[in-house]
Amino acid sequence: MSAKNRSFVDHIWEFFCSLKLAIITLILLAVTSIIGTVIQQGKPAQEYIQEYGESTYKLFLALDFVDMYHSWWFLTLLNVFAINLICCSIKRLPRILKLVREPNRVAEDGLYRTLSNFEEIVTSASLQDVSRKAQEYVTKNFGKPDVTEQDGKVYLFAQKTAWARFGVYVTHISILIIFVGAIMGNVWGYKAYVNVVEGTSTDEVWPRSGKEPIKLGFEVRCDRFAVEYYPGSTRPKEFTSDLVVLENGQEILKKTIEVNDPLSYKGITFYQSSYGQMGDAQFIFKVTERETGTTKEVRARRGEMISLPGGGGFRVVDFTEQFQNFGAAARIEVVPELDHDHKPGEKHASFVVLKAFPEFDSRRGGKYIFSLQDFKQKYYTGLQVAKDPGVWVVWLGCFLMVVGSMSAFFLSHRRVWLTIQPVDDKTGIKVGASAHRNQPAFEIYFDEFKKNLKTELSE
Amino acid sequence: MLSVKLFNATTIAYFVSMIMFIAFLPTRAKVVALIGTIAAYIGFVLQTGALGYRWYESYQLLGADGRAPLSNLYESVVFFAWTIVMFYLLLDLKYKQRSIGAFVMPFAFLGMTWAQLGLNDAIDPLVPALQSNWLTYHVITCFLGYAAFAIACGVSIMYLIKAGKEENNAEGSPAGGILSLFPSVRILDDINYKAIMVGFPLLSLGIITGAAWANYAWGTYWSWDPKETWSLIVWFIYAAFLHARFTRGWVGKKAAWLSIIGFGATIFCYLGVNLVLSGLHSYGGG
Ligand code: HEM
Repeated sequence: MSAKNRSFVDHIWEFFCSLKLAIITLILLAVTSIIGTVIQQGKPAQEYIQEYGESTYKLFLALDFVDMYHSWWFLTLLNVFAINLICCSIKRLPRILKLVREPNRVAEDGLYRTLSNFEEIVTSASLQDVSRKAQEYVTKNFGKPDVTEQDGKVYLFAQKTAWARFGVYVTHISILIIFVGAIMGNVWGYKAYVNVVEGTSTDEVWPRSGKEPIKLGFEVRCDRFAVEYYPGSTRPKEFTSDLVVLENGQEILKKTIEVNDPLSYKGITFYQSSYGQMGDAQFIFKVTERETGTTKEVRARRGEMISLPGGGGFRVVDFTEQFQNFGAAARIEVVPELDHDHKPGEKHASFVVLKAFPEFDSRRGGKYIFSLQDFKQKYYTGLQVAKDPGVWVVWLGCFLMVVGSMSAFFLSHRRVWLTIQPVDDKTGIKVGASAHRNQPAFEIYFDEFKKNLKTELSE
Repeated sequence: MLSVKLFNATTIAYFVSMIMFIAFLPTRAKVVALIGTIAAYIGFVLQTGALGYRWYESYQLLGADGRAPLSNLYESVVFFAWTIVMFYLLLDLKYKQRSIGAFVMPFAFLGMTWAQLGLNDAIDPLVPALQSNWLTYHVITCFLGYAAFAIACGVSIMYLIKAGKEENNAEGSPAGGILSLFPSVRILDDINYKAIMVGFPLLSLGIITGAAWANYAWGTYWSWDPKETWSLIVWFIYAAFLHARFTRGWVGKKAAWLSIIGFGATIFCYLGVNLVLSGLHSYGGG
C-alpha cells in the first residue's frame, strides 16, 4: 500500500474511532427521531394530503418522513453508530486487557509522580521488617499483593475489581447484541395477524406487509371468544379466547389466552388483539300472550319477522351486549297484526328487553310479554401472530447493558503500589494508589490507609 | 378517600418545606432550613403511607381487581413527586446542602398540586392491556430515573446561577450573599453527574421493561410509537452527556445545560407526548 493510501485508511479508521463522531451521532439520532413522533408514521396517502397538502406530502415522501425509522438515512445513521462502537472498542480493548492482565508491578518514581494519592514514609526499621509488615498490612487492608524484589528494592502491587474496566465495553457490546437480535427478528421472523371465527381453525396467517399468507405448519382453532365487563360498568375487564393447537388433526395444546397472556407454540406466539362479530346473533325469547297466558319459546335473528300466537309478530331491530350498565339488551319492534297490510315506513312500537331482568317487560302492559332468554353471537377473535427468533438475543443484550452500565458507573478499579528501599541507613517507603472512578471517595479511603500504615510501621 | 386526604396533607407539607427552603436563602437561618427538612420528611412519610393506603383502598373498592397505585396519570404524578423527594432526602443525608431543597422541592410540590387540583383521582379498574406486572416494574424504574434527572436539573440550575455570578465577579472569586449558601460549583457539578449516573441505568431499565411488556402484550418489543421514541431520545441525550463529559471534558456549564435539556426532554416524554402527540400509551390527557 502506498503511503498515501495508508494515511487515507488511517483517516477513515480514526474517523470511525472518534468519540466526537459518537457524540454527534447520538445527538443526530435524538434530533432526527423527533420527526417521526410529530409526523404520524405509515398512514395512507390521503391522510397526509388532507393534513399537509399535496406538495408537502411529496416532500415527505422524498425525504422518507412517512416511514422514517426504516428510511435509508436513518438506517445509515444507526449503522454509523454501530461501526463507531465496533471500531472504538477494537481500538481500546487491547490496551485495557493489557492494563488488567499485565499491570505495572514495579513502581518507579515516574509512576508515583502521576498519582494524586501518594505518600513517602521513612522509618528506622530494617528493610526486611518493613517489607514483611507492609505485606501483612496490604493483605489485611486491601488485598494480597504481588511482591517483586529487584535491585535491593521490594515492590508491592495489589489491585481490586480490575474487571470493572470492562463494564463500559460490556455496555457497548450489549448495544451491538441488541442490534443483532433486532436484525435476526427482521430476517427470520415475521409479524402477522389472523382472525379466527369461533369453532373454526386456520393454518395460515397474514403478514402485515405483503399479500401472501404464511403457512404456520400447524392449525390453530378458536373454540370460544368472550368479553367480560367489570360489574356495573362498560369498562372491559378481559378479552379471552380459548385456543387449541392441532397437528395432523390431533389436539396438541390448549390455552385460554388474554391480553398480556399469549400462547406460544414452536416459536410462534399468538396474542389477543381484537375481536368482532361474525354474522347475526341468534336470540331466544320467551313470549307470553297476556290475555291467554300461553307461553312460547321463539328463536329470532336480527331483522327477521317472527309470527306470534294470536296473529301478531315481532322482530329484533337492535342489540347490544352492554346497555347502560344493565347488560345484554335487545330492542324489539312488535306488530300487533301481521296480516294487516304494511305501509312502507310505517312505525311500530319499539322497546328494550333486558336479559338480566326477565320480569321487567310485563310492566310495559303490551299484548305480549317478552323476556330475552339467551343469545348466541358468533365472534371472531383477532390475533396478532409473531415469530421472533431474535428476541432472546435482544433480552440478553438488555441484561448485559444494565449490568455493564451499573458496573461501569459504580465499580472502580483500584490499585496500590508500594516501593520499599534503603535510604541511607534507614528504610524508605513510597506508597501510591489510584482508582479509575469516584476518586473523592477513594482519596478519603487512601488517607486512612496511609495513616494506619504509618502507625503500623512505627510500632 | 382517605388516601386522597393524605395526599392533600402531603402537598401542604411539601409546600411548607419549599417555602422554608426558599426562605432559608435570604435569611440564612439554620432553623428555617431545619424546618424545611422536617416538613419534607413529614410529607414523605405521609405520602408513603398514602401510597400504601391507596393500594389497600383499591382492594376494598375493586375486590380481587385491586392493583398497585401506579396506573393512571394522577397516580403516576403522585409517584413521581414521591421519588423526587426520596432522592432529595437521600442527597440531603449525604451532602447536607440545604440550599438544594429550594431547587428540588418545587418539582415535588408542583407535581402534587397539579395531581390534587387538576387530575382525576378515581381508582378505576384496569383495562386488559394494563393488567400486567410489567406495568409496575415499568412505572417504578421509569420514575426513579426521571426523579434522578429532576435532581440533576435542579442542581444544574443552581450551577448556572452560581457560575454565572462568579464569572461576573472579578477574578472568579467565590460568590457571596445568598449564593454562598450554595454548594461549591465543583460539588454541584459532581451531583449533576452522579444523579445522571444513577438515572441512566434506571431509564435503561425503564425502557427495557416497557419493551418487555409490549412484547408480552402484543408481540413487538419496539414499534417506534411516539412515547417509545421519546424515551429513546431522552436516553440518547443522557448518553451524549456521559460521553461528552467523560471523554471531551464537557463539565460545568455545558454539562449543566445538557442536563437541563435532558430533563426538558424527559418531561416532554412523560407529559408532552400524551398531551401534544398521539400514541399508544393510554394514560395522559386526564
Ligand atoms: C447509546 C449508546 C451508548 C451507550 C449507552 C454508552 C454507554 C457508555 C457508558 C455507560 C460509558 C461510561 C461513561 C462514564 O464512565 O461516565 C461509556 C463510555 C465510553 N463510551 Fe459509550 N455508550 C454508547 C455509545 C458509544 C459509542 C457509539 C462510542 C463510540 C466510540 C462510545 C465510546 C465510549 C468510550 C470511548 C467511553 C469511555 C471508555 C473509557 O475509557 O472508560 N460509546 N459509554
